[in-house]
Amino acid sequence: MTDLLAARSQMALSLGFHMIFATLGIGMPLFMVIAEGLWLRTGDATWLKLAKAWSKGTAILFAVGAVSGTALSFELGLLWPGFMEVAGPIIGLPFSLEGFAFFFEAIFLGVYLYGWEHVKPVVHWLAGLGVFVSGLMSGIFVVCANAWMNTPTGFELGPDGSVAIVRPLEAMLNPSAFGQTLHMSVAAILATAFAVLGVHAWLLRRTPGEPFHRRAILLALVVGGLSTVAQPLTGHFVGEAVAHNQPVKLAALEGLWESHPEGAPFSIGGWSDEEAGEQHYALEIPYLLSVLAFSDPFHPVEGLREVEPDLRPPVNVTHLAYQLMLASMGVMALTMGLAVVLAVRRRGLPDHPAFLAWCMFAGPWGILGIEAGWTATEVGRQPWVIQGVMRTSDAVTPMPGLAAPFALFALLYLVLGVVCAALLFRQFDVHSPEHAHGP
Amino acid sequence: MGPEIAVAAVLFAALVLYVLTGGADFGGGVWDLLATGPRAAAQRRVIARAIGPIWEANHVWLILVIVLLFVCFPVAFARIGTALHWPLTLMLVGVVLRGSAFVFRTYDSRKDAVQARWSRVFAGASVFTPVMLGISVGAVASGAVRTTDGVYTSGFFAPWLAPFPLAVGFFTLALFALLAAVYLADDVEDDALREDFRLRALGASAAVFVLAWVTFAVSGTGAPHLRASLVGGPIAWTMQAVVGACGVALVGALITRRTRVARILAPIQVVLLVAGWGHAQFPWILMDELTLHDAAAPDNVLVGTVGVLAVGAVPLGLAYAWMIRVFRQARLSGAPSAEAIEANE
Repeated sequence: MTDLLAARSQMALSLGFHMIFATLGIGMPLFMVIAEGLWLRTGDATWLKLAKAWSKGTAILFAVGAVSGTALSFELGLLWPGFMEVAGPIIGLPFSLEGFAFFFEAIFLGVYLYGWEHVKPVVHWLAGLGVFVSGLMSGIFVVCANAWMNTPTGFELGPDGSVAIVRPLEAMLNPSAFGQTLHMSVAAILATAFAVLGVHAWLLRRTPGEPFHRRAILLALVVGGLSTVAQPLTGHFVGEAVAHNQPVKLAALEGLWESHPEGAPFSIGGWSDEEAGEQHYALEIPYLLSVLAFSDPFHPVEGLREVEPDLRPPVNVTHLAYQLMLASMGVMALTMGLAVVLAVRRRGLPDHPAFLAWCMFAGPWGILGIEAGWTATEVGRQPWVIQGVMRTSDAVTPMPGLAAPFALFALLYLVLGVVCAALLFRQFDVHSPEHAHGP
Repeated sequence: MGPEIAVAAVLFAALVLYVLTGGADFGGGVWDLLATGPRAAAQRRVIARAIGPIWEANHVWLILVIVLLFVCFPVAFARIGTALHWPLTLMLVGVVLRGSAFVFRTYDSRKDAVQARWSRVFAGASVFTPVMLGISVGAVASGAVRTTDGVYTSGFFAPWLAPFPLAVGFFTLALFALLAAVYLADDVEDDALREDFRLRALGASAAVFVLAWVTFAVSGTGAPHLRASLVGGPIAWTMQAVVGACGVALVGALITRRTRVARILAPIQVVLLVAGWGHAQFPWILMDELTLHDAAAPDNVLVGTVGVLAVGAVPLGLAYAWMIRVFRQARLSGAPSAEAIEANE
């Protein structure tokens, strides 16, 4: 394993791990405040019980998200000092704002968890809303910084390669920022809805009729359904930005080798022979890529053969990760379609055991989709760490032996991941022995 | 005076706040590990309650230090991150393990074996992490990190695997333990527990005293420039004298059972110590290698960052005060909402 590959693997692992906690950490508070709001409105104690169970889930997610996020802010410098030396001052604004959002989130969460009996109910609910909003803003700021790596604007380098002029606001509000932040915000809520759906479907199968889980599933279906409708639209904004600013990434996402001056097809599946520069076994839908990316069936799209091999990203990883993301959307859309049909036919909550089993299967697909989407966008930007400005290989630390810290973090995150999953599951299991002791 | 001095002051303040809040949390873990005698379980309970509500918020100061470093002194961030990769990586492993273990312990089932396992991880990481933090700080202050044309001539182990950084590491640990013991002695209601923590604070004071002299002794060869600054000139001598006087007063307050006075003196002592280091290292951000001025980002970034922090500090301060008030009410009423206590009972 080369040092560059070890550094990239450690970064991918750390981001991939943090991402799960960060996205659920955005979505869970939304569920928590909706449930508490419904309790305040209806006086139905089941909603209160759900809000409390979900708030404990939020506390665990927030804590692990906070420490893994702290680790990431260090790792940027430990692994990519060359990148941070240039990017640090330019994307400092969103990172500073993220720090504020994180602090507000910690404060609101503290009041929410420890203030049940000590603040007025409506104030308590507002504190929960504060947790959600500040968590959401936190994610938005971080994604703004990542968007800058795709479309770097708002700076000028001096003759020695150091940062000479910075326009922080322009850098933060770069051309990719809007689409990426919107897409990720909806993704976080969508993924959480499916995780909630999966866990409570599992538990409802074990305790049929339990109102605690039925309410949870109802809320997950409503929130998840709305997000399922919205997500393809937000994805469209991202796609347009990629098409206009990162043509090589667009071609890699599609496994498109040949240029299509009169409109390009959209590929489903397929495997590229990266040596020969061609894709096999793909199902091609004519003109669809030009329609989706440029809203014009005959818009020209450049293929990967137009660029030098050392400026191409790994095509198969990019393309297949992108396909997996689309597949996850397919699974979730199918689930919501089924839910609507069943709900109309039964005139009530769809709780057929077979449907619940399907929901258990669909539960992880939101998270999977997020991991796949980030893999596609990050690998698709290679060999650049800052598109067109700095190569990843020029950003890596000169320290030798990077496989060792990678192995250390891999072990750490593996253990934490397993423990955390088991722990979270128990918080929502209303019949487990420890549940009765909660606050 | 350039804007980089103002940013350095803010960075410094954030570091001090991290030591005073997060440092005490680490120190709590140390006393969790060393809990002994008939009241060991009660000691652990008090520590968990003290850390429980706000440990996540305390973390923000470390994040602020890092963000300020990479936004405003990007060259220093890159160079420190590269040269001190190993101690910082080990510190991070400690941070992640410690935070996770604490929350797992709080929310996990009550099976004693599982509880005990997370307690050990939490306490062990609480000891390990401050040592790594101190080692990194010691290496930065020692002047041992050297580069020539982008090549790290001092290597990736020699600058921190040396007597001076190691001494600073253990000194940091002792300081954190002292802070925690003093806070806890003042916080607890129970007289026997108060006595436990008062004695621990005295023990930690002795450790701080010994390790301060050890650190000073090895600084002669380990950090010559820092040593020269620490003993050179009237300002430096005045600071040493004040630190010494404050230490004597702190021990006096502990011996005479004035825990409230000790609680005021201990943070002052820590601030003075950290300020003494800052004064001795100025204007270097990485001793003998990189000055604040040479490491700084363009001026508009520095001014903008301080501006954002100043504007944001107002609502943040209000929210923070509100949170502290809610916690105080929760504690006064003794309502069963502090999960940390419950989970440990």
